[in-house]
Amino acid sequence: MTKHLLILGGGTSGTMMTNHLRRRLPADEWRMTVVDRSEKHLYQPGLLFLPFGIYQESDILRDTRDFIPRGAEFIQSEIERISQESHLVTLSGGRELVYDILIIATGCRTAPEETEGMLGPKWRVNVHDFYTLDGARALRSKLAEFQGGRVVVHVNEMPIKCPVAPLEFTFLADTFFRERGLRDRITLTYVTPLSGAFTKPRASKKLSHLLGDKGIELVTDFVAERVDQEHDKLVCYDGREVPYDLLITTPTNMGDASVQRSSIGDDLNYIPTHKHTLQSLKDPDVFVIGDATNLPASKAGSVAHFESETLADNILLHIAGKPLKEEFDGHSNCFIESGNGKALLIDFSYEHEPHEGRFPFRFGPLRLLEESRLNHWGKLAFRHVYWNLLLKGRPLPGISRTKKKPIDSKTTKES
Amino acid sequence: MKKNLVGNEIDVNEEGYLTDMSHWNQGIAQAIAKEEGIGPLTEAHMKVISYLREQQTKGAPLTIRSMGKSGLVTTKELYDLFPGGPLKKSSKIAGIPKPVGCI
Repeated sequence: MTKHLLILGGGTSGTMMTNHLRRRLPADEWRMTVVDRSEKHLYQPGLLFLPFGIYQESDILRDTRDFIPRGAEFIQSEIERISQESHLVTLSGGRELVYDILIIATGCRTAPEETEGMLGPKWRVNVHDFYTLDGARALRSKLAEFQGGRVVVHVNEMPIKCPVAPLEFTFLADTFFRERGLRDRITLTYVTPLSGAFTKPRASKKLSHLLGDKGIELVTDFVAERVDQEHDKLVCYDGREVPYDLLITTPTNMGDASVQRSSIGDDLNYIPTHKHTLQSLKDPDVFVIGDATNLPASKAGSVAHFESETLADNILLHIAGKPLKEEFDGHSNCFIESGNGKALLIDFSYEHEPHEGRFPFRFGPLRLLEESRLNHWGKLAFRHVYWNLLLKGRPLPGISRTKKKPIDSKTTKES
Repeated sequence: MKKNLVGNEIDVNEEGYLTDMSHWNQGIAQAIAKEEGIGPLTEAHMKVISYLREQQTKGAPLTIRSMGKSGLVTTKELYDLFPGGPLKKSSKIAGIPKPVGCI
């Protein structure tokens, strides 16, 4: 009898895993199923550009099924419950799927309901978000008509997916308003629960000037107790207040509700996962990837991509009854928009903070931790890489799954 | 880099966070707290600090929310105990790394 590999989630991680494993598992031995609530695959990094009209919806939406290979079944459904003891997943309509191996790739979502007052009557009137398609759309209309006032970009709580996106949004907003001749009628403020916009020493040293150069005000160590929609202000637990005319918030992020219903996650519905093998800490037949894990890595597509390569190997090792590779090192690689048609590129891992240098390899054309136009074009080009290579689990030329050890920053500067 | 705290040479990073949480003791906590303008540390402070060290040992992510939910202190009380930056200050005093973003 054939065995069953079940993949929950058809987003970036789930799609990559389906493609990797369908190629590597014999079809007469392994059946594969992917479950997702949506028939549409959203290129999430594109949500950053949609509100500014840089991308259109057609650039960032595709049919999920177009990326699911032959030999894997796609089921569109919500997931009700995961029962690890009985190796069983119940879908919202009551259908039950028994698995031999389970991959949980259910991601995370924004949860504005977690903050008092956020979902009040002015939600998507002057309190906006851009991490959802609806939110990015509403914000696009708002920005198109906005004529001036206090714009506040806010991060409610860490961890969030694509942790630099709110800062990128702030930089892009500066450019957007400048190009429209509105910048002198607007104050732009970035509000974060962390101790700075940049919190790692090298990035901070290298990049802190960006805020000042662009006239962006910074409010740190700010944990919002509530959004006071009556008086249009954010209120911190320590009594500080930040008034706004337009609030662009990044609500608390949480793992999928099915994780909570199944009692397999932490306070924020993230699933305890081995940080180097990606095996669940509870059940050896369950693996977790991407934003659904509790790993101390960024919740980002590049992380999911590097994880997927290790995880594909580990699932084959697990099937063969061999020890898993403790290989995943928290590797992350992201383009960061810094406004004015420029971007930065960062490369880091659990062990190494973002550093200067070149990429890929040690001589590549892209400069790490430095603004350039080429990095910006790299970010825009990445959308094609995503649809054509990454989702299909094809190798990205020159990009290794584990982080290359940085060379000494002094040497890098001279090179 | 090294820093002299209550007569001990302790390894800290450039922002004064301990690089090895096992070098921590209560005397060091009091000394860092004083530098941060907090304290003297009370039992309420110490409860938070022990919790942080426990979570860090388990490898669990530290969030203001998880602390609030732990039933130890409310977020408001946390700001009262560690004014100006509850997580960064309590982490420093607890001898664990500063909570950071990715850059």
